[in-house]
Amino acid sequence: MIKLDSKIPSGNISEKWTNHKFNLKLVNPANKRKYTIIVVGTGLAGASASATLGELGYNVLTFTFHDSARRAHSIAAQGGINAAKNYQNDGDSIFRLFYDTIKGGDFRAREANVYRLAEVSGNIIDQCVSQGVPFAREYGGLLDNRSFGGAQVSRTFYAKGQTGQQLLLGAVASMNRQIDLGNVKLFTRREMLDLVVIDGQAKGIVVRNLITGEIEKYSAHAVVLATGGYSNVFFLSTNAMNCNATAIWRAHKRGALFANPCFTQIHPTCLPIHGESQSKLTLMSESLRNDGRVWVSKFKNDMRHPNDIPEEERDYYLERKYPSFGNLSPRDISSRAAKEVCDEGRGVHGGDAVYLDFRDAIKRLGKKVIEERYGNLFEIYQTITGENPYEVPMKIYPAPHYTMGGLWVDYNLMSNIPGLFVIGEANFSDHGANRLGASALMQGLADGYFIIPYTMGDYLASYKPSLVETSHPEFEKVKNDVEDLTKRLLSIKGKRTVDDIHKQLGRIMWDKVGMSRNEKGLKEAISQIRELRDEFWSNVNVPGSGNDVNQTLERAGRVADYLELGELMAIDALHRNESCGGHFREEYQYEDGEAKRDDENYSYVAAWEMKDNFNWELHKENLTFEYVKPTVRSYK
Amino acid sequence: MESKKLNLKLKIWRQKNSNSVGSFVDYNVTVSPDASFLEMLDELNNNLESQGLEPIAFESDCREGICGTCGLVINGQPHGPIPRIATCQLHMRNFKDGDTIWVEPFRAKAFPVIKDLMVDRSAFDKILQAGGYISSNVGGAPDANSILIPKEVASEAFDAASCIGCGACVAACKNASAMLFVSAKISHLGLLPQGQPERYRRVERMIKVMDELGFGSCTNTYACEAECPKGISVKFIARMNRDYLAAKLKASKSEVA
Amino acid sequence: MDWLKTFLNSSIGKKFLMALTGSFLIIFLIIHLIGNITLFFGPEAFNGYVKKLASIKPLIRVIEVVLFSAFLLHIFNGVRLWIENKKARPVEYKINGSDKNSSIFSRTMFVSGSIVFIFLVLHLGTFFWRFNIHDPMNLASQHKYYEIVTHFFSYWWYVLVYVIAMILLGFHLNHGFQSAFQTFGLNNKKYTPFIKKLGTIYAIIMAVGFASMPIYFFLIGGAK
Repeated sequence: MIKLDSKIPSGNISEKWTNHKFNLKLVNPANKRKYTIIVVGTGLAGASASATLGELGYNVLTFTFHDSARRAHSIAAQGGINAAKNYQNDGDSIFRLFYDTIKGGDFRAREANVYRLAEVSGNIIDQCVSQGVPFAREYGGLLDNRSFGGAQVSRTFYAKGQTGQQLLLGAVASMNRQIDLGNVKLFTRREMLDLVVIDGQAKGIVVRNLITGEIEKYSAHAVVLATGGYSNVFFLSTNAMNCNATAIWRAHKRGALFANPCFTQIHPTCLPIHGESQSKLTLMSESLRNDGRVWVSKFKNDMRHPNDIPEEERDYYLERKYPSFGNLSPRDISSRAAKEVCDEGRGVHGGDAVYLDFRDAIKRLGKKVIEERYGNLFEIYQTITGENPYEVPMKIYPAPHYTMGGLWVDYNLMSNIPGLFVIGEANFSDHGANRLGASALMQGLADGYFIIPYTMGDYLASYKPSLVETSHPEFEKVKNDVEDLTKRLLSIKGKRTVDDIHKQLGRIMWDKVGMSRNEKGLKEAISQIRELRDEFWSNVNVPGSGNDVNQTLERAGRVADYLELGELMAIDALHRNESCGGHFREEYQYEDGEAKRDDENYSYVAAWEMKDNFNWELHKENLTFEYVKPTVRSYK
Repeated sequence: MESKKLNLKLKIWRQKNSNSVGSFVDYNVTVSPDASFLEMLDELNNNLESQGLEPIAFESDCREGICGTCGLVINGQPHGPIPRIATCQLHMRNFKDGDTIWVEPFRAKAFPVIKDLMVDRSAFDKILQAGGYISSNVGGAPDANSILIPKEVASEAFDAASCIGCGACVAACKNASAMLFVSAKISHLGLLPQGQPERYRRVERMIKVMDELGFGSCTNTYACEAECPKGISVKFIARMNRDYLAAKLKASKSEVA
Repeated sequence: MDWLKTFLNSSIGKKFLMALTGSFLIIFLIIHLIGNITLFFGPEAFNGYVKKLASIKPLIRVIEVVLFSAFLLHIFNGVRLWIENKKARPVEYKINGSDKNSSIFSRTMFVSGSIVFIFLVLHLGTFFWRFNIHDPMNLASQHKYYEIVTHFFSYWWYVLVYVIAMILLGFHLNHGFQSAFQTFGLNNKKYTPFIKKLGTIYAIIMAVGFASMPIYFFLIGGAK
């Protein structure tokens, strides 16, 4: 019987982390090198954790399926990173960032975790600057800030539209230093395919060498998963082609609880779909909404060129509906508003797209300033669409982007399996039902630089885990399981391609478990996913062998997992009879279409345990709000 | 909205593994001009797979031109004919109906082919792991605003730091030299005040490793700059030359033999 | 001196040596051209100039040694780089798109340099040899250098080789001039465009200047 203990420290919220750090047990410096820690993933969370654990003197084994650590998808984050520095003197504080994040998450995140995140946010910026991250600066040499969705202060630090790239290169550089010093050993082109749990503790992982096809075993005193989110369950998303849920899903199947799987974020500013062959959706940074105005025509099926639609016939619907936040309304709200106007038939040429217009900003600030701020984003837009956004308004539409749900972790970022830590987007911890812009980078680095290094020591010192040889029967068993799965995938030799089935799953997810959900649709989705899963296991075709590079085999394994995860997402969405954040149930809304949260019955984290044969048992972690009173989340 | 489809003849390099000899294989495709080059290959692969044939191995990830994973030599040019973009951002509207397109992997001794169009660029990481960082432990950093950095310096450092590590510079260079890549990292760190303490040690160590990995020497053809998806300037190579010379001429005993 | 050895064997060191010797040769060519211009002012001017040089023979010998070393280093190092650079790409591209990303001058340095080298051997074999060592017509002994030069410039094949080599020398210098600045680390957006133009002007002056002499003497002397 699993009992969820969030291990939230007692005391005033502003002292919890400080007190907790003092109470955590320490490993003495000479003993640290006796401990081996596996880190899976080299995005912001994984790279920063590897670097910091290495700095402390642990023996770190880091794994990535990429050819280089720097390719992790954190690199594509554009807009920026939040920190409560109050450099702009506009009234920001740790408490305000905490407050905004709790409210932004629609009161479905743990107060203590979020406060800690806000608390360390300033240190992240200090650390990054000291590593040489070239943040934007003012002429006087001080750091520049901009504002972002869901906040009324300017607290976002940025490096043009490539903030994620610069932060990741900084974290990877720190990790490279530890590789240089011999504290971290990096294994590239290795995909984690299973977790080894012995006597209830995480003891290692089994990976596939993507070049030789060999299944390899690695053991450690603790395992850290930093493997990102699962938006690719939708097939079309802003995630990179290779982002996947396999590491966390296989850990889930070995007993780790999956929390709030239905909390997915649909990003409002992505490029619309161009056709059948589309492989992914491109995000246009939310920072564009600082100066761009979102609008559609007031008329249905308006086929006019946008520049021919006069001012009085344009509906700046975000400014109209949410006057105090306007174009900077949070992501879930902006996305849903876009869907609403498009469903009314008022999208671009009656289709699924709205305009993001820079005409007024160019008039006000001049083309040069706009170019300085968003130049590279405008270039990307023009390259992809062939249209010049300085002259014609951009066309945007929402797309799956981030998953707030993930493996359940306690305050120490440890899952219910002792020794299995989960950080970054892979866990569920800090964003509740909706994540604010520029907070993902903050969380990834907070977890890796400032939290895991402390809590890891506590685990090692208090559990005193042993190192198991990889010849242990359980390692052999897990390895055999993985090899069997590979053989099974290769032996089906059916008629449908992996992508074909993935696309079909994506359509089910987008239509029924996407931006808005209802009971009927969710029930349909569950049965359709089950059918599709059977179809996959009887009719998929994976050519080639398991003994060398086989990208189809890699994708097949991931899609097999999505076909299970998708079902759990629908189950979670179906059970949560309320609307909150990214989870919008059509049955639960106010008359004006705003989300209707149910704090009395659903103020909890839904943590799912996988039982045999795709049955899940729900465990609830109740959320209490002592410092921010849950209110209707209004951005009007 | 769908525009007229293009019929193209592809000549794609297929190579089983790093030990085998490769050759070009012909494929005919019909593709929407709105599709990207990689989406065209996706479609082709999907067709191959549905016939039970092995798809063409090629790498890509973010498909937004920032991760640096993709990289094909298209009609003799790394990342294709359009300047300042990665392969993933190349769209088929840039080709004409009936075109023949040659697709090759990046070729360099330091980037051996793994399979088909996939190459091993781990040499880049080896260079970065030899000093391409600023030594700054977590916990010791001063307040971010305690050191002022002029806007121009920060933005020049950013320009150098915007390198995506794709390797197009090596692929384009007639000598397969990695100097644009290496100089971009050296300049990024060497321009910032935080990077000064290790500035000369860094350049010496990184150049040493670069030379050991089998890259060629720079002969200043500037093909790298022309093909770089981020337009990284060769002025950084000049800067690196300067730093390296200074490092070697300094009286202090060099740690790097 | 280990540091120097390491430096000169490093990729940047080799570039640096090319640029250093190249720059020296660039300066030498200017002086050489100015001296040769005396050819246009008749036998007295040219022979006087050569005689003058001969009068400071010890100094000239030193300069010649330095010059010769510079040439050798430039050539030896260039060949070494060429071989190493070839090895850096063992499998060539089927389609070479380099015309779209770089100038022909920059890509053909080995070819242009090789042809200039062949010319150099011929050049030394005729003039240096005849002026200093082998004097079959007993002209050098009488300080009739002008006559030796014009004699050779009356052969059409000699003039042709000379002109072709000078065109390729121009190609070589056009890239080499600005390339040396880049290698020395002198690249900035204010001066580099100017340096590139200056390099082109220099290359044209050298090519035209040196080629004008054989053409001029061939035309006024008539074909033999």
